[in-house]
Amino acid sequence: DSVKDSRRRSRATESSWPGRQGNQYTIRGVGGDEDDGTEIGEGGDEWMHGKTLIKPPDQLDLTEAELKEEFTRILTANNPHAPQNIVRYSFKERSYKPISSVDQLAVHFFLEGNLLHRDSDEARRQKAKQGLPDEKATVVTETEDEKLETPAAGGEEAGDVEEGGGEDGEQKLTNQFNFSERASQTLNNPLRERGCQTEPPPRASFSATANQWEIYDVYLEEMQKQEKNKEKAKAVPKKEDDKGKKKLTLSDDLTKVAKVAKIIERMVNQNTFDDIAQDFRYFEDASDEFREQEGTLLPLWKFQYDQAKRLSVTALCWNQSYKDLFAVGLGSYDFTKQGRGMLVFYSLKNSTYPEYNYPTTSGILCLDIHPDRPYLVAVGFYDGCVAVYNLKEERPEPVYKSSSKSGKHTDPVWQVRWQKDDMDNHQNFFSVSSDGRVVSWTLVKSELVFTDIIKLSLVGAVSEGPEACGTSFDFHKQINYLFLVGTEEGKIHKCSKAYSSQFLETYDAHNMAVDAVKWNQFHPKVFISCSSDWTVKIWDHTIRTPVFIFDLNAAVGDVAWSPYSSTVFAAVTADGKVHVFDLGINKYEAICQQPVVAKKKTKLTHIEFNPVYPIIIVGDDRGYVTSLKLSPNLRSKPKEKKGQELPRGPEVEIAKMEKLLSLLREPENSKA
Amino acid sequence: MAEVEETLKRIQSQKGVQGIIIVNAEGIPIKTTLDNSSTVQYAGLIHQSVMKARSTVRDIDPQNDLTFLRIRSKKNEIMIAPDKDYFLIVIQNPSD
Repeated sequence: DSVKDSRRRSRATESSWPGRQGNQYTIRGVGGDEDDGTEIGEGGDEWMHGKTLIKPPDQLDLTEAELKEEFTRILTANNPHAPQNIVRYSFKERSYKPISSVDQLAVHFFLEGNLLHRDSDEARRQKAKQGLPDEKATVVTETEDEKLETPAAGGEEAGDVEEGGGEDGEQKLTNQFNFSERASQTLNNPLRERGCQTEPPPRASFSATANQWEIYDVYLEEMQKQEKNKEKAKAVPKKEDDKGKKKLTLSDDLTKVAKVAKIIERMVNQNTFDDIAQDFRYFEDASDEFREQEGTLLPLWKFQYDQAKRLSVTALCWNQSYKDLFAVGLGSYDFTKQGRGMLVFYSLKNSTYPEYNYPTTSGILCLDIHPDRPYLVAVGFYDGCVAVYNLKEERPEPVYKSSSKSGKHTDPVWQVRWQKDDMDNHQNFFSVSSDGRVVSWTLVKSELVFTDIIKLSLVGAVSEGPEACGTSFDFHKQINYLFLVGTEEGKIHKCSKAYSSQFLETYDAHNMAVDAVKWNQFHPKVFISCSSDWTVKIWDHTIRTPVFIFDLNAAVGDVAWSPYSSTVFAAVTADGKVHVFDLGINKYEAICQQPVVAKKKTKLTHIEFNPVYPIIIVGDDRGYVTSLKLSPNLRSKPKEKKGQELPRGPEVEIAKMEKLLSLLREPENSKA
Repeated sequence: MAEVEETLKRIQSQKGVQGIIIVNAEGIPIKTTLDNSSTVQYAGLIHQSVMKARSTVRDIDPQNDLTFLRIRSKKNEIMIAPDKDYFLIVIQNPSD
């Protein structure tokens, strides 16, 4: 209606509209013209009569000139209702932009009908539904025609068929309008669950530490295994050994504790005798500074063994390799009380119990430990046998023993001494006995082979006259073949291994049996001898008379040189005293005379210096062994002059002794 | 076997010795002269101590090994001698 209005108003300028000039009136048609409030109508658009001109009260009063003014009206196709200022947001320019062309279409009338175009889909569908009955009809009609015009009918049929096929084909097309879905469900198989459980593998938790030493241990084991494999490759493996080993491992656990138990025992002993151990190591008698020419002996451990109570110590020997180990031979000096004997080894580390002990049937009189092989011990018995014990072996019997067939002595064996290995690398030792024989024994495989070296006789030459009894002997430290033999008659013979028929020298030493004869450790010419005639004599083997004589007021059991000084020696007497002499300090008297045992009736039988430590061991006839520490005065060394360094060592000792001897010789020479 | 027994008897008869315990490598006491609770206590605690001490010694020099260990306290002294598979503990009161 706006179009109509604008048509009305936009006429040419010539035409004027009646009723419009001068006054503006709004005329309403009965046709239902809508009010056009936007155009001109202002305020009250009251319906008015068309014909009567009533001037509304609020009409504008215009002048004549204004009334005659002509307004131009244009007829356009624009829709006056269309908005002219539609603004759309432009994302490109990001601002609101006015749209240039606005849709001017105005719909005046709209009616929905039910007509379909015959080519549209819906029409076709409807045709299809009605198509079959229609087609048949058409086919019937066409077949009638066919008879008349076969090719045309055929063509038409073909066309029809095509149409039918086409229609059929059209039927199959699925699209979103005529799509039909078909579904079918198969049978669901019932579900079954089957499971089985296996036994879990056995588990064990393992933890270990990896230290440096564990790695080292493993490497060691590997090496040992490899070595064993090598040995097995060389030798034929023995199955018996394996069985034997298995048996050992099954045996009682306590055997493995043996070594540890030993260590513990020593530790406990160390605790018990703690003060003694401290004294042994550190105690030095301070009062020696005030006593110039005297020394003392500090008692340390006392060794005793229950089963050896009634036996007397007949031999003592320090082990050269293990400086704390010493051997004690037990037997009896009494002719009437002969019985069993014992070989006992003690260590300073354990004074309560021996390390090794071997009971013997006959009393032991002497023993010697091999200097190179500290496990071999040679023993001489009262019944004349000699035996060799191997400490490494477990059994209590000796490894070798001489028997009456193999040349044992017929009288007690008083001294045995190891010698250096002979040319066949067999160990050998010498023994001296009261039957006058000095015999050399060689260890050949499993036997003792004896060789008589020399036979002693009362008169100088051998095999003349009644036999003398040898009671002690000693080999020279440096000169291997030279040795001394002391006899029961009091003579000392100097002999050589090479000469079996003659003595090199004979000394009229004592009035009674020579109990001990010992070469000096340093000076090659000096030796000492002691006897039950209460004297101790020092000799120079080139001189037939003794150099020094000492009277000790009691029968002297044993005498020993010290290993650290050529002028110090000690002697033990039957009244229980130990006498220590140092010729460098006092040439006439002992610098120490000390009773060592409690009861005065016990006789001291043997004495030995320890090769390393400043202690001596003393054996008595009750079976006890006492250890004593030498005070500093007894171990004195020559004083150093300021600025001079005195050379230590055997040369000094030799020189010392030589000096002493020369002093003595001079007066003799002067006398002579 | 009998020797070991004798040795242990001798140790026990030494003056001041309060007890002996033999412990195996796992720390379980196999022989003892003390009562059960003390034994178990000693064995457990000392086992650790010994392991630590041995580890220390061997870490410094793997060729070295612990010979024995003494723990001296005010009242007594505990001595331990370790072995490859066992160790022996002796408690002694040295001032007795």
